[in-house]
Amino acid sequence: MNTQEIYAKLKEKLGENKVSEYVENDVGDSWITVSHDSVHEVALLLRDDEQLRFDACNCISGMDWKDKLGVVYHLHSHELNHRVVLHVDLERSENALDTTTQEVQSVSAVWPTADWHEREAYDMFGIRFVNHPDFRRILCPDDWEGWPLRKDYKTQEFYRGMPVPYPADEDLDDGGTYIFEDRFSKDTDG
Amino acid sequence: MAEQTALPEGQYGGNIVVTTVDKILGWARGNSPWPLGFGLACCAIEMMATAASRYDIARFGAEVFRASPRQADIMIVAGTVTLKMATRIKRLWEQMPVPKYCISMGSCATCGGPYWQHGYHVLKGVDIVIPVDVYVPGCPPRPEALLEGLMLLQEKMKKDQHFLKRYGKKKLDTKSSGASR
Repeated sequence: MNTQEIYAKLKEKLGENKVSEYVENDVGDSWITVSHDSVHEVALLLRDDEQLRFDACNCISGMDWKDKLGVVYHLHSHELNHRVVLHVDLERSENALDTTTQEVQSVSAVWPTADWHEREAYDMFGIRFVNHPDFRRILCPDDWEGWPLRKDYKTQEFYRGMPVPYPADEDLDDGGTYIFEDRFSKDTDG
Repeated sequence: MAEQTALPEGQYGGNIVVTTVDKILGWARGNSPWPLGFGLACCAIEMMATAASRYDIARFGAEVFRASPRQADIMIVAGTVTLKMATRIKRLWEQMPVPKYCISMGSCATCGGPYWQHGYHVLKGVDIVIPVDVYVPGCPPRPEALLEGLMLLQEKMKKDQHFLKRYGKKKLDTKSSGASR
């Protein structure tokens, strides 16, 4: 089945408002846009339907399209050897440090691979997933500020007292050494 | 040397060498610097090659990569230090017993390397969190470079006077003039 047929099938089974749009592309993948609060339902249908049988979730990516954020799902069926791309669009939060205002349903109960992928999308873009079994950051430290792969990301100045950006010239002394607090004040000779 | 330390003539036979405590400890330490076995990035691959038979770090007595910081003398920071790892490195360093030494291996550990500008997650030089004795440049440094860094560190280890620093001024200084046993 190609993406258009899958779209028709989803619309027939679930109705117009759950799968809102089919976008055809000459170059690259065509995709189906799914609303953020029906992802789980769509995923279950895609996995369990006789004619769809999507048994593998290849990748879940967070996206930043500047005017909005989003999630992209790449699915594949080993049994029937066809694939599909799903998009979920999300409103952008005004403050860059905030998570998204709209939550996406987790599909980690449908495809276990989704667990870490969703955590990564959260870590890098601040996209929140509901009904995830272990929802926290995966790469950055838990107390990290901000969402690094967003277009409006600003690096924090310090992390736990360590400077994050490369030192500017005025922070170096004549010998080129970084002047940073008194890091060796503790006598290491015991 | 004999007249300086006032060794009793003939008491110990001919086979005796007189030296300082620091020299003998430095000689021992410098010839068996046990590294802490941990690698952070691609530099660790070069470090492993250095430890393997072709380059053979055992020639310098540093082949015993310890799995515990409690048993290690030197820390080879081999690779990119992320800010998340920096907190762990500091803890490992504090767990090592003194005297301890640090080699910053490669460009990343020294100054952030290729991540210096856009690497939001990388510490710009491991010397921000722990004191470094020898910097080995390279990306990654070849095993020969690491060995040279190790040899430089050995020189430093052999010269260090930990015993004198710790006890010299307080106890030994008062007895040093004309002391004999």
